[in-house]
Amino acid sequence: MTVASSSPPSRLPLGAAEAVAPVKKAKSRPGGDGALAALFIAPAMLGFLVFLLWPTLRGIYLSFTDFNLLTPAEWVGLGNYVRMVNDPIFWQSLWVTVEYVVLNIGVQTVAALAIAVLLQRLTQSSVLRGIVLAPYLMSNVVAGIVWLWILDTQLGIGNEIIAGLGADRIPFLADETWAIPTIAMINVWRHVGYTALLLFAGLMAIPNDMYEAARVDGASEWRMFWRITMPLLRPVLAVVLIMTVIGSFQVFDTVAVTTDGGPANATNVLQLYIYDSAFGRFQFGYASAMSVALLVVLSAITILQYRLTRAGQTDLG
Amino acid sequence: MRFRFRTVGALAGALALSLATGCAQGDGTGSSAKNTVTYWLWDANQLPAYEACAKGFEKQNPGLNVRITQMGWDDYWTKLTASFIAGTQPDVFTDHIQKFGQFADLQVLEPLDDLGINDSDYQPGLAANWTGQDGHRYGAPKDWDTVALFYNEKMAQDAGLSAEQLNTLSWNPKDGGSFEKAIAHLTIDRNGKRGDEPGFDKKNVKVYGLASKGGGYADGQTQWSSFAASAGWDYTDKKRWGTEYQFNDKTFQSVIKWYFGLAEKGYMAPLSDWNSQSNEGNVQVAAGKAASSLDGAWMISTYAGFKGMKTGTALTPEGPTGKRATMMNGLADSITKNARNKEGAKKWVKYLASNECQTTVGRYGIVFPATPDATDAAVAAYKKKGIDVSAFTEPVADKKDFTTFSYPITGYAADVQALMEPAMEDIYGNGKPVSSLDETNDQINLILDQ
Repeated sequence: MTVASSSPPSRLPLGAAEAVAPVKKAKSRPGGDGALAALFIAPAMLGFLVFLLWPTLRGIYLSFTDFNLLTPAEWVGLGNYVRMVNDPIFWQSLWVTVEYVVLNIGVQTVAALAIAVLLQRLTQSSVLRGIVLAPYLMSNVVAGIVWLWILDTQLGIGNEIIAGLGADRIPFLADETWAIPTIAMINVWRHVGYTALLLFAGLMAIPNDMYEAARVDGASEWRMFWRITMPLLRPVLAVVLIMTVIGSFQVFDTVAVTTDGGPANATNVLQLYIYDSAFGRFQFGYASAMSVALLVVLSAITILQYRLTRAGQTDLG
Repeated sequence: MRFRFRTVGALAGALALSLATGCAQGDGTGSSAKNTVTYWLWDANQLPAYEACAKGFEKQNPGLNVRITQMGWDDYWTKLTASFIAGTQPDVFTDHIQKFGQFADLQVLEPLDDLGINDSDYQPGLAANWTGQDGHRYGAPKDWDTVALFYNEKMAQDAGLSAEQLNTLSWNPKDGGSFEKAIAHLTIDRNGKRGDEPGFDKKNVKVYGLASKGGGYADGQTQWSSFAASAGWDYTDKKRWGTEYQFNDKTFQSVIKWYFGLAEKGYMAPLSDWNSQSNEGNVQVAAGKAASSLDGAWMISTYAGFKGMKTGTALTPEGPTGKRATMMNGLADSITKNARNKEGAKKWVKYLASNECQTTVGRYGIVFPATPDATDAAVAAYKKKGIDVSAFTEPVADKKDFTTFSYPITGYAADVQALMEPAMEDIYGNGKPVSSLDETNDQINLILDQ
């Protein structure tokens, strides 16, 4: 439910909602485009209602029930939420997820920004841009499995090299201290190019004459980065951050194929716990309650980020 | 007016679309559903054997045909549960005890009482395990497996351990007995020193005596179950459908402490070397990283197929009770409650459970079927391939020196697994004390009390 509410398709209803406004106006104008607009909106609206609004409402309802999908749901009031608050595994999952998000987004954003600036300031090569984007073309599951094999403690080529250099093998995905950072870095590797490209697009919107003027004034690249690039990139950076943080909170596939939550729940991220509760243990009510909690957490973080970064305003012009 | 016409058209289109999707749920099989029985299994190795069975069945039941679908273990259960929800379940499917408790809770299985299954027609205990708490039968016995020690023959030879020695090992939770001595001796560190030699470097082990099989979840089937059972422990208060687990038992905890202690001593690979996806016990043996691994009969062909390596098998070691113990688990065929072709499904399951079909399967030499005759056929087929399977069959035949025990069957099986998996990994990987199982056990029993 939360997946649907915050993944890319969620932009459809926004677009649809914006487009609804002119429909109303058109009514008052004879020969307007109201019906035509409705026709074009209909598919998106249908998708929004069927795949987003209805599942969200139903998910919220189910979070107040005991439901195993095969027998009718039983109303339990706040039972699932009480259980959630008292469930140490839920809190641990939330903590592990936050740890993952901080590492993943922190490293990814800095690296993506560096790559984007280098792409903007040093080269115009589209081949390089293509290479930067290459890992993103791979599916998360494939990337996870490939890294799993590379990093395997006993057999992985990565650890063979480490051992060959005389160092101790590192249980990257099999040790509770290493596993989350490793998964975070695997996903940085896959997403950094895409994030860099988004930021790069933002950089292209910064007028070149600003840099020229600064150069005339004798500013260094470093100074120009902090005084021109960063302030003017802020709205784009803010949107990219909001999107990547939401995506990062929903990490699932990489964990599912590399560690499946282990060792000893060390990588049991919230989405995995929700999935396991629902589809492994058939506790759809409890899983729905946790999904609602995730929705609340994500909404709060998004609003906070939006406010703090003033994502809706630009300093340009 | 023009626009209104378009709107109506769009609405009609949308309606048609939704109707079309609605139809798809009805399954366009129509009358053919009456002639087809759908059957799912997960083991690709067994597919040819069951295709042969299906041919025999179709010959005896003109007009009926069996459509077999095979998919890997993980996908199998995901798809099966999804199919129950979506109403696209197979008529018949291969069932596992680990899942039986949950399916019984969810009431998705059809009772098979009228199939005339006699417990005595099968190896002891196999048929009885598939009776639910309500007293109805939900599975027809299909095959069985036990657990034994697979070892690299060359490594054993180099260590001066004969097949006879490995077959007569014993153990206890105090000093590990001759089993621990053998495992220690099979272990070699980076400098070539064996595990029982002075100066052995447990931090830099080249070959572990025993492969890591992970924490073993709640069953420890190919990990600690043989040791715990040979020390006289049982999972639950009752043989089947127990209401209390006994992970808080002191004997059990002493076994677990000793077993995971093997990793601390450097004789068994650490948890961090194990990965259910990339590095299972058999992979560690195949890669020469471990000299032996406890594993189930379903792995016989896998170990026999290692290129350039001969593997032998040995009985599980004798425990403090003076007996050897091995888990005897069996699969069954179950019919889904909402099967489209229930009549055909019942005929097919009856045939699958017959000596005729099971002997056909046995002749392929890939699994031990549930009937004694078919087991003999399988043993002969393995022998023909040059594989000695006595380490798996002896415990079933000899009740004096062996204890065979069943996979634990209780309600809330998925919850029990979910709680025990991290608890065991915490002990194995993070050195948590075994007494922490007291709390886990309380949590589990609380769930079972619901």
